[in-house]
Amino acid sequence: MLKIKNLHAKVEGLKILKGIDLEINAGEVHAIMGPNGSGKSTLSSVIAGKEEYEVTRGEIIFEGEELTEFDPEERAHKGVFLSFQYPVEIPGVTVTNFMRTVINANRKARGEKDMPANEMLKKIREKSELLEIDRKFLSRSLNEGFSGGEKKRNEIFQMAMLEPKLAILDETDSGLDIDALRIVANGVNKLRRPDNATLVITHYQRLLDHIIPDFVHVMLDGKIVKSGGKELAYELEEKGYDWIKEEVGA
Amino acid sequence: MELKDKLLSSFLAFEENVDMHTDIHEIRSRAIKDFEEKGFPTRKQEAWKYTSLNKVLKHDYTVFPKKEDTIDYRDVEKYFIDDIDTYKIVFIDGIYASHLSATTHEKIDACLMSSALNSSKYKPIIDNYFNTVAPKESLTSLNTAFSREGAFINIPKNTMADKPIQVINFSTGNESALLVQPRNLIVVGENSHVQIIERHQSLTDHPVLTNSVTEIYADKRAIVDYYKIQNDNHQASLIDNTFIEQHRESNCSVHTFSFGGNLTRNNLNFYQKGERIDSTLKGITVIGGKQHVDHNTLVHHIEPNCESHQDYKGVFGESSTGVFNGKIIVNKEAQKTNAFQANNNILLDDKATINSKPQLEIFADDVKCSHGCTIGQLDDDALFYLRSRGIPLKEARALLMYAFANNVLESVKIPELKARITKIIALKLGVNVGYSL
Ligand SMILES: Nc1ncnc2c1ncn2[C@@H]1O[C@H](COP(=O)(O)OP(=O)(O)O)[C@@H](O)[C@H]1O
Ligand SMILES: [Mg+2]
Repeated sequence: MLKIKNLHAKVEGLKILKGIDLEINAGEVHAIMGPNGSGKSTLSSVIAGKEEYEVTRGEIIFEGEELTEFDPEERAHKGVFLSFQYPVEIPGVTVTNFMRTVINANRKARGEKDMPANEMLKKIREKSELLEIDRKFLSRSLNEGFSGGEKKRNEIFQMAMLEPKLAILDETDSGLDIDALRIVANGVNKLRRPDNATLVITHYQRLLDHIIPDFVHVMLDGKIVKSGGKELAYELEEKGYDWIKEEVGA
Repeated sequence: MELKDKLLSSFLAFEENVDMHTDIHEIRSRAIKDFEEKGFPTRKQEAWKYTSLNKVLKHDYTVFPKKEDTIDYRDVEKYFIDDIDTYKIVFIDGIYASHLSATTHEKIDACLMSSALNSSKYKPIIDNYFNTVAPKESLTSLNTAFSREGAFINIPKNTMADKPIQVINFSTGNESALLVQPRNLIVVGENSHVQIIERHQSLTDHPVLTNSVTEIYADKRAIVDYYKIQNDNHQASLIDNTFIEQHRESNCSVHTFSFGGNLTRNNLNFYQKGERIDSTLKGITVIGGKQHVDHNTLVHHIEPNCESHQDYKGVFGESSTGVFNGKIIVNKEAQKTNAFQANNNILLDDKATINSKPQLEIFADDVKCSHGCTIGQLDDDALFYLRSRGIPLKEARALLMYAFANNVLESVKIPELKARITKIIALKLGVNVGYSL
């Protein structure tokens, strides 16, 4: 589904990604772990198409197409979804209206008509129940004044509404208490299908107790330096990153 | 001939056509003298520093259009809010158009200034209110000198106008360039309520300059909601002078929606002459090209325990320019005043500019005054967030601009009007975001 080859990217003249290789197949869950500043959010932003990040080398192939050729909205239409580490507040647009705009924009891109209002409401109700989101919440301005946890839950709610092929969850666990973590992880798991894939980015292995990864990758200084199974996450939790730094001579 | 000289000599011709032996004519004669002394405002005056009338005054305007040019309702239907029942006072080139109008004298008067000026029935009202709210400034004096036609709205005590009143001024292509000067008087009695929608619409590519004066008198506990739709074509310029005198516990709001026109100047003054008055001044400006919109507001707090709320939002594209000059005066006696003012702007292009200047003159010590002005661009992170969800760039920009303007629309009390404004904004931005606010 996703093939990243030798990806280099920079922002404001600074080299951040220094040769990433990553392959994700349908039905898989991958986790990327790594210390702060290693380039995890940069990688997710580059995949989603944030313009300030310049891809200088390498390629990102999604379902056979070079993603860097496309605008962020086109990547979304193709089924790429990013749950933001820091979701943006949009005062003046309610969650419901935002969701309506988003769903219909994606339908339009597929040449479909707007979703009928009752169908939309039903879907919103169903997905908000999945994430145990209060109805009142839906008529609030998008992310405005939301707690960290509410923002993250709202991101996964959007994911549930959109049913993307590839979901990238950037630090979705930060700001969540144990209950919220369980709800969010449960939501993500329910959305798993053989034809979609998930890339979980996290500092901590605790999320990975709930969303069990097939592969764990360690990112250091803009490179994936080690990959393994889910046991790698425990090892990192226990020993930190220093032993890997030594191992790879960083 | 300079426009000023032309106007002064036109006044002589104007005198020949009106009854010179009335009180009104006294007022007109004094007004033309005042205009003669002051002339048109120039950028040397503080209040006109960022708005130059030079270009607009260059045209050879016709002051008296020759004949009424009839227009078909179907051709101008789109300029009306036609999905609700309203009274309509409509003018074409400054002349009353009865076939487009729906006036009334039942319960309330929604009719013509000319008939009010000439009828003995309305003489007491004219004597009491006409030219009493408007200050003596050059442009208002110019309007007063030639005052003859406009909307006359009189809501007696304890009366709720049963439907909104639309006041629409059309101008046609009959004359090469046209100057029109509507004069409106709105008197709202104790405990009475009225909603008014005003629009100036040019139907020609010839230059049109409108110098309009509206006086509003709101008696005790009156409620007045006034909406101005400024979406004229790009050859039309507007100087709107609106003056509101409020009395005890009255509540007046003016919403100004500025999307069109060449040069638009809004002089909007509120005078609070009583306690526990509430005044609201709101505006949304969305312009591009070389358009210019200037909001020059004054709220004069004269008595204690009153409030004023100003909220102006502007989105400026290409090389358009905006001006916001908001003055708040709080008299020494006006203790416990709450005066709020906000002016927030988004510049879409490098060449667009906004000059925003609050002026506070506060002489009382126990007051709450806040003012804030922001100038920014659309937030790139917000744009990326929306696009990453599949909303195309153009719609994402539009959505952010909508969101930005949203709280100004929230206080619009006529849903059909709100829907119309939303639509105009969408059209102006060239997109359909597929939902209404
Ligand atoms: N927009 C930006 N401008 C400048 N530096 C940036 C920007 N985005 C990221 N960086 C830098 O790139 C490095 C990686 O950041 P990031 O991808 O956010 O790491 P992580 O998500 O792994 O914590 C950091 O040193 C950070 O300061
Ligand atoms: Mg990060």
